[in-house]
Amino acid sequence: MSHRELDDMLGKGWRKPAFVKNPVLRWALFLGFFAYLIAAFMTIEVDWGRVYEGLDRGWAFVLAFTSPDFISRWSDIWSGLLESIVMTVAASVVGILISIPIGLGAARNIAPLPIYMICRGIVAISRALQEIIVAILLVAIFGFGPLAGFLTLSFATIGFLSKLLAEDIEAMDKVQAEAIKASGARWPQWINYGVQPQVMPRLVGLSMYRIDINFRESAILGLVGAGGIGATLNTAFDRYEYDTAAAILILIIGIVMALEYLSGIIRARVQ
Amino acid sequence: MLRLQKLTKTYKTGDQALKAIDLEVPKGQVLALIGPSGAGKSTMIRCINRLVEPTSGSVLLDDVDLTKLGSGALRKARREMGMIFQEYALVERLTVMENVLSGRLGYVGFWRSFLRRYPQSDVDEAFRLLDRVGLLHMADKRADELSGGQRQRVGICRALIQNPKLLLVDEPTASLDPKTSRQIMRLITELCQERGLAAIINIHDVALAQMFVPRVVGLRFGEIVYDGLPTGLTPEKLTEIYGEEDWEATIEKVDEDEGIEAAE
Amino acid sequence: MPILERDDAQIWRRRTTGQSLVRWFGWLLGVAIFVYCWQLISESTTWFFVWDAPRIANDIWTRATPPKWDYITQLGRPIWDTLNIATLGTIIALCMAVPVAFLAARNTTPSALFIRPIALLVIVSTRSINSLIWALLLIAIIGPGVFAGVIAIAIRSIGFCAKLLYEAIEEIDHTQVEAITATGASRWQVMAYGIVPQILPAFAGIAVFRWDINIRESTVLGLVGAGGIGLQLSASLNVLAWPQVSLILIVILVAVMISEWVSAKVRGAII
Repeated sequence: MSHRELDDMLGKGWRKPAFVKNPVLRWALFLGFFAYLIAAFMTIEVDWGRVYEGLDRGWAFVLAFTSPDFISRWSDIWSGLLESIVMTVAASVVGILISIPIGLGAARNIAPLPIYMICRGIVAISRALQEIIVAILLVAIFGFGPLAGFLTLSFATIGFLSKLLAEDIEAMDKVQAEAIKASGARWPQWINYGVQPQVMPRLVGLSMYRIDINFRESAILGLVGAGGIGATLNTAFDRYEYDTAAAILILIIGIVMALEYLSGIIRARVQ
Repeated sequence: MLRLQKLTKTYKTGDQALKAIDLEVPKGQVLALIGPSGAGKSTMIRCINRLVEPTSGSVLLDDVDLTKLGSGALRKARREMGMIFQEYALVERLTVMENVLSGRLGYVGFWRSFLRRYPQSDVDEAFRLLDRVGLLHMADKRADELSGGQRQRVGICRALIQNPKLLLVDEPTASLDPKTSRQIMRLITELCQERGLAAIINIHDVALAQMFVPRVVGLRFGEIVYDGLPTGLTPEKLTEIYGEEDWEATIEKVDEDEGIEAAE
Repeated sequence: MPILERDDAQIWRRRTTGQSLVRWFGWLLGVAIFVYCWQLISESTTWFFVWDAPRIANDIWTRATPPKWDYITQLGRPIWDTLNIATLGTIIALCMAVPVAFLAARNTTPSALFIRPIALLVIVSTRSINSLIWALLLIAIIGPGVFAGVIAIAIRSIGFCAKLLYEAIEEIDHTQVEAITATGASRWQVMAYGIVPQILPAFAGIAVFRWDINIRESTVLGLVGAGGIGLQLSASLNVLAWPQVSLILIVILVAVMISEWVSAKVRGAII
């Protein structure tokens, strides 16, 4: 026990060791970030007069939430909402069905390399393209209406679900799958008995989550003409009909909450 | 110095963990609290510093009734009682030094503690304590890099830097191997002697308790069923505390082992 | 696992007849719903356009290639704005999400009966509504521009970050908190020493993850007038300047990839 060491340390201050060891790098990072923040704030042009004027409207909107108007545009709201739900359901079904084979193909431990590359490529493209941009292009190609929205959502579902499914398959317990293979099962049998039971609960959970996301996304596709409640909402904002807008937002929030609650129940049951 | 009067704890579920406990601990006395799991050992220790709110009865520390204190006064009272935990309960992502200094939290203001600007006297004391338990060279390591025995030493430092009158020790050896367990028990009892601290050590290893402690209290179903010298723990007494079992092997005198004081 | 007796032989079935019937009925119902949804989509689709789609897609492709490369000189400022919207929006959101998360977590909320439901409501309502809708709303209130984009991103991110953060808070090790409490620390000190160190890694991960998502979302906010590169996209689309559109899409793709790479690197460094 070196008491000399203790004597050296007594009376000296103590500092918490820094997260970034190199002091030059630490200060450079700190100053760089600070400089960026200042530059970013400087370049934002805020018209405070306009903001101040807007506060009244903002307050009116908040008030609108206390008296949402479901009635006067009910037929518009209903048709938009129905279209959103229909798009969500159809796109989720198709998207999930397609993403299962692609997810299998994108898992390195069960798919041969060429198939793996193709499937990973599809996933990468689907994930890199934003829903709303895909929707713009599809509207340009297929015309206005829910078909473009349906295709957009299906496409986005494939990227999301295949990637997570593939990761899940890659992380599964190898021994169980090998045991099935050892019994002489064919490839489809092997998938059915060795792989499917392991990834099924998570697939169900992810699908529920994706349905939730699809519904939320379907609410904005209408902004670019791809069908759904978004168009109705946009019109309501344009006409400054805040009470109708509030009603729509409340409906969206309510449906999302219901979906989340439902998915919680279903996930608890499959696990 | 510490007096428990009719201390009772009934959980919301209706379980009576403590049934009107009366106990007195004089200054500087180290006592071991033994008993089966669920006897209320942990609850009793936590009722003393009110990590668990007692249902009724009183806890007198130097004639101050802790059960009546408001939150500010309770914090002041907690500074007088150092606590050592079973699973060490170090804040794992903080360094050893921060963990030790966190024992001074009751004495320094929020901003000082937040900016880690502790008074020099506290820092010196932390160095001295770490040196005493042989961990000075580990001061700037993160707590989760340490072994179990080392972590428990840091836990002891954290309790001692509070400059307490009383140590509350909750199963200090439950997650340690037998050799390290003895080292830790020896360290705790030695430190209590050096500083004249009273301690309540809640422990399930009867042999270990007998080796280090002058007074043993046995708890069963929330009631004290034994209070006396460790030598008085006969097989009959142990049966009363723990239930039927062959006790001869347990209370056999253990040889004082040599050479384990040397730090690893 | 029922076992049927037939011709003195035991036949093993996975489900009883009743269970099978229910399952078949469930599948039937599912298919019926899907067919109904598909019909609704089909009704509001102009199939003539769809059959014409390959020609139109081809047409767009020939117009869009090659991209108008020298247009990139005009994209510097929009890219800078996009980065600012995402970064500042994330920072503001994190500042708001931290208190909300502490109020929503079961183990830190001051009142489980009154304050927690309010915090949860804030989380679910900001999370359910897409940033584009928040942008629409804010533009109606405070006028178009980068500022509206920053606030829209910030509001949308509050719920997301707060949800993940409060789940992390609920998972902390309680004995560490107990140990700090036992030293006589005040409420705030317990927070700073017992809770914050435990959730810091989760916090950093969430921040970087959300920043990555926000880069994606801020690229399209301009479509509704909330600043960033989306403004150029929408302007180019309106005048059907396809070579510019294709260049902007390439820029967005690159930006998304860079942000994903940065976020993966940072997360790897933290955890």
